[in-house]
Amino acid sequence: MSDQTTQAEIVRNSLKRRYRKERRFRLYGMLAIFIALGSLFVLFADIINKGHSGFIKTTITLDVTLDSEMMYLDDPRDEDQLSMADFVAPIIAALQEHVPEADSAAERRELGRLVGNYAASEVRNLLENNPDFLGTTQTMEFLAHDRVSTYVKHADDPSYSIKLSEQQQEWVDELVEKGVIDTSFNDVLFSRGDSREPSNAGILGAIVGSLLTMLVTLAIAFPVGIAAAVYLEEFAPQNKITDFIEVNINNLAAVPSIIFGLLGLAVFIGLFGMPRSVPVVGGMVLALMTLPTIIISSRAAIKSVPPSIREAAEGVGASKMQVVMHHVIPLAMPGMLTGSIIGMAQALGETAPLLLIGMVAFIVDVPDGFFDSATVLPVQIYLWASASEQGFVELASAGIMVLLTFMISMNALAIWLRKRLERRW
Amino acid sequence: MQTANLLPLVLVLALIAYGLAYMRSRAVAAPLGGIRNLKALPFYYAARAALWCAIPALIVLAAWAGFEGQVIQGIVIATLPPESWPESPGQASLILSQISNVAAGKLNPEFVPDHIVAAASVLEAMESRSENFKAALVLLVAVGGATFAWTRVSPHVNARLNVETTLRRIFFVCAALAVLTTAGIVFSVIFETVRFFNRVPISEFLFSTSWSPQTALRADQVGSEGAFGVIPLFTGTLLISAIALLVAVPVGLLSAIYLSEYASRRVRSTAKPVLEMLAGIPTVVYGFFAALTVAPFIRDVAEMVGLEASSQSALAAGLVMGIMIVPFVSSLSDDVINAVPQTMRDGSLALGATQSETMKKVIFPAALPGIIGGILLAASRAIGETMIVVMAAGLAANLTANPLESVTTVTVQIATLLVGDQEFDSAKTLSAFALGMLLFIVTLLLNVVALKIVRKYREQYE
Repeated sequence: MSDQTTQAEIVRNSLKRRYRKERRFRLYGMLAIFIALGSLFVLFADIINKGHSGFIKTTITLDVTLDSEMMYLDDPRDEDQLSMADFVAPIIAALQEHVPEADSAAERRELGRLVGNYAASEVRNLLENNPDFLGTTQTMEFLAHDRVSTYVKHADDPSYSIKLSEQQQEWVDELVEKGVIDTSFNDVLFSRGDSREPSNAGILGAIVGSLLTMLVTLAIAFPVGIAAAVYLEEFAPQNKITDFIEVNINNLAAVPSIIFGLLGLAVFIGLFGMPRSVPVVGGMVLALMTLPTIIISSRAAIKSVPPSIREAAEGVGASKMQVVMHHVIPLAMPGMLTGSIIGMAQALGETAPLLLIGMVAFIVDVPDGFFDSATVLPVQIYLWASASEQGFVELASAGIMVLLTFMISMNALAIWLRKRLERRW
Repeated sequence: MQTANLLPLVLVLALIAYGLAYMRSRAVAAPLGGIRNLKALPFYYAARAALWCAIPALIVLAAWAGFEGQVIQGIVIATLPPESWPESPGQASLILSQISNVAAGKLNPEFVPDHIVAAASVLEAMESRSENFKAALVLLVAVGGATFAWTRVSPHVNARLNVETTLRRIFFVCAALAVLTTAGIVFSVIFETVRFFNRVPISEFLFSTSWSPQTALRADQVGSEGAFGVIPLFTGTLLISAIALLVAVPVGLLSAIYLSEYASRRVRSTAKPVLEMLAGIPTVVYGFFAALTVAPFIRDVAEMVGLEASSQSALAAGLVMGIMIVPFVSSLSDDVINAVPQTMRDGSLALGATQSETMKKVIFPAALPGIIGGILLAASRAIGETMIVVMAAGLAANLTANPLESVTTVTVQIATLLVGDQEFDSAKTLSAFALGMLLFIVTLLLNVVALKIVRKYREQYE
């Protein structure tokens, strides 16, 4: 009797400690969730914080007098004259109207550095297209120089170094006050390809490149993946060949993506002599990479179609292939689509294999075909993130936001499809 | 004609073949008293014609497009005068790029020797001839196939059997593509690796402790001998992966336990998808985060406490990689924890154990093999991860265990050696394939072992 009491006492005495342990364990669990979700939050916050200014451009609006004497140009139709003419002078003159105190040669030069490097060629293009503008005054909107842009957007941010002289900073403040320098939505980002100058660079080229690459991937991976899944689930005999294929698919799903880049480099480019940096090769490499994902999810979808459907179809005289084509595939389609969209979203964010097949080239033009040199969105982000000019960092973050928007909408589409079309048996 | 244009053309032809065969089968059936006197539905005759039209034509097209470049290059090289024949593959590719640049008008013909200009015109002629031949042959095969199928539309032939057999074969080929991909990977790395080991002995590659894959421009240059010892790369990879696992295993495991044992349904249904978002974020985003936010932060913190940290520390890459693989660990652990039979849980709780005691003393030991399998899979992912380390870890091959120093990894070296223009024949380029082979073998072994453990564990409770 006394022995039992002591044991009950032991238990009772240890209860406090055990409950404390229980609470601590629970706390650890909450802490783990908190760390995981917290880092996701920090990641998003950091990218939005770095990238929101990428959606803003800094412009300088000037009334430019296209004076023939100032430009040493009296006939804009003459190629020779155009190539010799001075298109910077009218811009500086227009700036001087707002900043009359700058009149020495050195100050004028400093003033000229407020507008972007492409301003002069914009004036030239305007005159080339409208020769009769010579001698008139036109209101033109120029992109500000990157240094000006950085100063206007990030003057208070210590992580950015301002590279304008004191004098220039004063002028810029003055111009901002007068409304000559202004910020607006960065439409350049969505209408141009890459550039050496951050303010002139856009992601349109990369988006189109991604789109072309994804089309190739989809065209290969979706039909092939479904066919493979159908074969393995419905037709494959139980033998060594089938086992071997299954083992291969499972292992391919876990092969590092960069290895697929090596495959593309050695086989598609080395052996078949396909061109580098083109969406077709990129799409093929990504298709091989996403195939296992699509096959595995399609098999799960086919498995979930109940055998009674197959038996009913066979019962009324359908052949095996008719059962599959008329009943199993249509019924499994929502699951297959969901799996494929998720696989495509993965492929959209993939970078490493595309580096190896040369899709990292500096490409200014928006690609206009499957055999045109192109880059893709994640690679563009990588290029900008490793560029030395600080203006590219905000562009990279803005690019990340665009990429994540694409991926989240693809995943949302997959979830919506599943909810909408999925049937519970 | 361009391959890109031929492809839709062949598909259009297949559609036409489909339509013609469909009409023909109905026409054949009409005098017999309707389509029920055919051996198969008109659809199958039509589908058979479309397959006969498209498949041979596509095979011809693929074969031609695949080997056209090589054949033309060989012919062009052969037209060069014998004294200027290339002596090495590297030289050959140089000459070929010169020739194609002249042909494309990118290089002024005045700057190159006459035989190159002559070869360029040969190249242009060959290319246009090849395009024409290809188009003619593909169209001929397509039309021929369709005609053959059209003549075979007869009430005595069961087209359905033909179509179904063909489809089944196509399905098989699609499934076998996975095997082909593996074979492609193995062969593409093996050939180059063997060539690499002809220049650098395998013992040096595996056991030497210095890595600096310089290739000399001149043979007599100082430091012309590159060093190809893989050990510093491997220790760097292991260091970063170890840091990543140190983060991911506790965080992933504990969140899986919390979500499956403690969390209310509502918390679980929101926290789980959000946690899984971590796995969906592209690696380049993590790389950006690691390189531009975490690494400077770690450097500043280290400076504050008086330590010296590189701006590309292993710690930054490892921490961020750890966050990335948390969802892998947590979803795999979740699976295995849920696979432990409820009876074991109930038995332990009935004996008066608290939930955490049940977890630690009953469920965890039972689930351990599965969890280890999951950790191995996560490790293989960490070792093969490229973008985070390319962006956040350094290039210098330091042999160190200090997480604040910069290290480099196998994947970083593969990427940097192969990005941009490279000659296909130097030891530097080939070494990337040897590294790729090493990476492939290591990750494959980890996966095979992990999958085996997981499968064995699942069978235990089934």
